[in-house]
Amino acid sequence: MNGTPRGAVFVFGLGLPAVDTFLQQVINGLTAGSVYAVVALGYTMVYGIIQLINFAHGEVVMIGAMVAFTVINALAPSGLPPLAVVLIGAGCAVPVCMLIGYAMERLAYRPLRHAPRLAPLITAIGVSIILQHLALLIWSRNVLAFPQIIPSRTYMIGGAAITSVQLAILAICFALMAGLAALVYRTRLGTAMRATAQNPQVAGLMGIDIDRVIAATFLIGAALGAVAGVLFGTYYGLAQYTMGSILGLKAFSAAVLGGIGNIPGAMLGGVLLGIVEALGAGYIGDLTNLCSYDMLAARIDDCAGGGNFVLFGSNYQDVFAFIVLILVLVFRPSGLLGERVGERA
Amino acid sequence: MSNWRARGPVRWAAYALVAVALALLPFALAQVGTTWVRITNYAILYVLLALGLNIVVGFAGLLDLGYIAFYAVGAYTYALLASPHFGLHLPFWIILPIGAGIAALFGALLGAPTLKLRGDYLAIVTLGFGEIVRIFLNNLSRPVNITSGPQGIARIDAFSVDGFSFARPQTIAGLEFSGPVKYYYLLLAVMLAVILINLRLQNSRIGRAWEAIREDEVAARAMGIHTRNLKLLAFAMGASFGGVAGGMFAAIQAFISPESFVLVESIMVVSMVVLGGMGNIWGVILGAVLLSFTPEILRWTVEPVQNALFGRQLIEPEVIRMLLFGLALVLIMLFRPAGLLPSAVRKRELTEHTA
Amino acid sequence: MSALLEATGVSKRFGGLQALEDVSFAIARDDIYGLIGPNGAGKTTLFNVLTGVYAPDAGTFRFDGRGVTGLAPHEIAAAGIARTFQNIRLFANLSALENVMIGRHVRTHASVFGAVMRNRRTLTEERDILARALALLDYVGIRPRANDRAGSLPYGDQRRLEIARALATEPRLLALDEPAAGMNPAERLALGKLIRRIRDEGITVLLIEHDVRLVMNVCDRVMVLDYGQKIAEGAPAVVQRDPKVIEAYLGAPRAA
Ligand SMILES: Nc1ncnc2c1ncn2[C@@H]1O[C@H](COP(=O)(O)OP(=O)(O)OP(=O)(O)O)[C@@H](O)[C@H]1O
Ligand SMILES: [Mg+2]
Repeated sequence: MNGTPRGAVFVFGLGLPAVDTFLQQVINGLTAGSVYAVVALGYTMVYGIIQLINFAHGEVVMIGAMVAFTVINALAPSGLPPLAVVLIGAGCAVPVCMLIGYAMERLAYRPLRHAPRLAPLITAIGVSIILQHLALLIWSRNVLAFPQIIPSRTYMIGGAAITSVQLAILAICFALMAGLAALVYRTRLGTAMRATAQNPQVAGLMGIDIDRVIAATFLIGAALGAVAGVLFGTYYGLAQYTMGSILGLKAFSAAVLGGIGNIPGAMLGGVLLGIVEALGAGYIGDLTNLCSYDMLAARIDDCAGGGNFVLFGSNYQDVFAFIVLILVLVFRPSGLLGERVGERA
Repeated sequence: MSNWRARGPVRWAAYALVAVALALLPFALAQVGTTWVRITNYAILYVLLALGLNIVVGFAGLLDLGYIAFYAVGAYTYALLASPHFGLHLPFWIILPIGAGIAALFGALLGAPTLKLRGDYLAIVTLGFGEIVRIFLNNLSRPVNITSGPQGIARIDAFSVDGFSFARPQTIAGLEFSGPVKYYYLLLAVMLAVILINLRLQNSRIGRAWEAIREDEVAARAMGIHTRNLKLLAFAMGASFGGVAGGMFAAIQAFISPESFVLVESIMVVSMVVLGGMGNIWGVILGAVLLSFTPEILRWTVEPVQNALFGRQLIEPEVIRMLLFGLALVLIMLFRPAGLLPSAVRKRELTEHTA
Repeated sequence: MSALLEATGVSKRFGGLQALEDVSFAIARDDIYGLIGPNGAGKTTLFNVLTGVYAPDAGTFRFDGRGVTGLAPHEIAAAGIARTFQNIRLFANLSALENVMIGRHVRTHASVFGAVMRNRRTLTEERDILARALALLDYVGIRPRANDRAGSLPYGDQRRLEIARALATEPRLLALDEPAAGMNPAERLALGKLIRRIRDEGITVLLIEHDVRLVMNVCDRVMVLDYGQKIAEGAPAVVQRDPKVIEAYLGAPRAA
């Protein structure tokens, strides 16, 4: 996804007075990051319980966005209040995604639960290809645009702009995270999930129905993914069948950054990744503009007369997530909040 | 595999038959259309890629989801050193080794920090690496134009030695050799060499050490195998094969762009290895041939069928191909996890008779 | 003559669990040295810190006069210590013969170049690897199984295959982790003989074993671990009567 957040376009389009780049990028990053966090939860919960990188989760998110956008576009002219339209869209996306999540666990992953670990990973890649191309089949290559039904308001805080869309996304994401935390740490199902993640054999002996817990994990992850897809699509104003893979990878990176398998970790990792990415994209151009270094500027012809010589511009934005992923895996594979685990001989 | 154990004359007769078939193939295909020779050439490129990746995935058991990056490195190395883009026109027999070397370097560079990681993490990191390479290829056109970005590099030199160009048609001994047919023979020779290298590596101290790592890393270490170095070696070797294939791809196409090196291509090559049978060279070749001909077969079957049934194309063959291909990955893992031709336990002819 | 292996003050913690605490011992050349103790006593952990699977938190190992503490597992193997695993770690999908051939890795040299070119040196080396591997299979008594998938062998044969594979590295110290586990009495007897034969050929043996009879029969010296601590060491007959050892195995009589 290389769109520009709608809020940002709006603000810059109005040519408001000098914005505080740093704060602005933090706000933009926080918004994208909170969506990453919600997607990352889907990866981390599944990984925590069955040590599977559910490669297809990004595609579930994409399908959530596509279904919701289709419904929203169909209802947009109906005169229903915009909020109701969006809610109905999301309300359709959630069950569809849950069904897909359930089906893929049941058909593709459960039979491989005790196979060598690369087998389910490869299956997951297969599932992801299938979902992506089913989406292509249904929606073709068209980019679905979000109809202009929600009036976007802009508020200024400390030299930066925040739109009502961003505020709504932040509020919903944090509500989802709080809800999930409550579910995991306060309910019987959550206890069963944590027990299964700790040790499936023991959990099984204690009378926990492992199959149901795993299915529930997929269902919850898919539901969160669906909402995240709607939010992400709304933020950037568009949805396309290809949006899942990069979004999925970023969210996975976020999960790894926080410590895969760790639920608060996924939340932290998502938000951090979003901010790192936004700041990186915001500053890399200036930092690698050789003309801003006097010593070099004198030698570069392009710099004459206030020209620029930017080595890496914001078009490298997508690289940051991967670099974060690689750095974390190399230097702290257990992530920020994960525990170290050793291999037994 | 027991039918492969035929001995003596039978075996040589079989070899001779295969050799003749391979030698005549392009002429037979040319009867149908030169496109088919081209398609076969691309299939051989995929076989090369799959065999290269097989070293990493099949032998050493390291799932590399960014393998196409090495293909890209080889292709871009060739394109930059033999095209008007920089005005360089080095001969191919210099560039191919350079491309292989740079690809191997990239392989080691990627491997060095990541080989400690557990299998599935490694897979994701290699995937990320593949994407990084593609993002760079797409963007390294500013401020200095290195890769031409999404436009790609065109008018890449064909292979040629002493005025013998692989791109031009030519009549030799009364036979008409088109460009693709010439490339076919070159590719065939390279493929046979790569097959031989793979077979010999597999049956060697190094190949056994890779297999040991794949089977049980802890035990491999306890047997004195320097697992990190050997994994790096696998990465570098696999990458260098990818680099050579990439160079040939650039020359044959005469045009490359980042479009050719997307994630799906990496996954395609992995699938060839997995589908055919990880670690089994013949299985991997089968997988590569099957998957690289599928789109053509679909083009020749699905399109006419759809036209006949609906009077138009309801579903693009490309979409069908990808759906089939995703489905094949899932079904293979569920029902035949060792692939179509599983890698059997290698039996040796023991000098004395054993029970 | 100095000891072949000397351990001084070896300790290892796993989180809150002290798996080894200040363990010291020495193994004389050409001895069969027994290591016993109740489940969870730290025997396997001792193997793991000795062979470089884990680094010890404290303490040192000297092997043949040379410090080998904290070396990587492959360096330990090169130094001449080979091991088997309690939970059998064969290369299950390779043939029995290839498992042993892999054991030759550390004593052979062929590079990628040699492997691809098949030069005379490589061919000679390969022939030698094959011959020795076959001889070792013969030695442990499973030569007829050479071409079988290692994972398909019966349990006892798998244990013997692990020994053959370890012997292929030409160790001077062979560390066996419960080699008799899962064997029937006849197999155990044969195993005892095999271990003695290995020792007679000049390979020192470090043996973890729960089968008391086997330990008493073959070991020259025995050390007993309990909760990570060494609680006794000496000749088998003496150790067997040590009240601390009996207590460790039968559980401490509770103070009233
Ligand atoms: N990698 C590890 N992480 C955490 N704890 C471990 C690890 N390895 C061993 N332990 C613990 O250390 C203690 C000693 O284990 P060890 O395997 O050395 O015992 P053992 O004497 O070999 O027992 P057994 O006779 O059952 O094989 C046990 O409590 C075990 O659970
Ligand atoms: Mg043990």
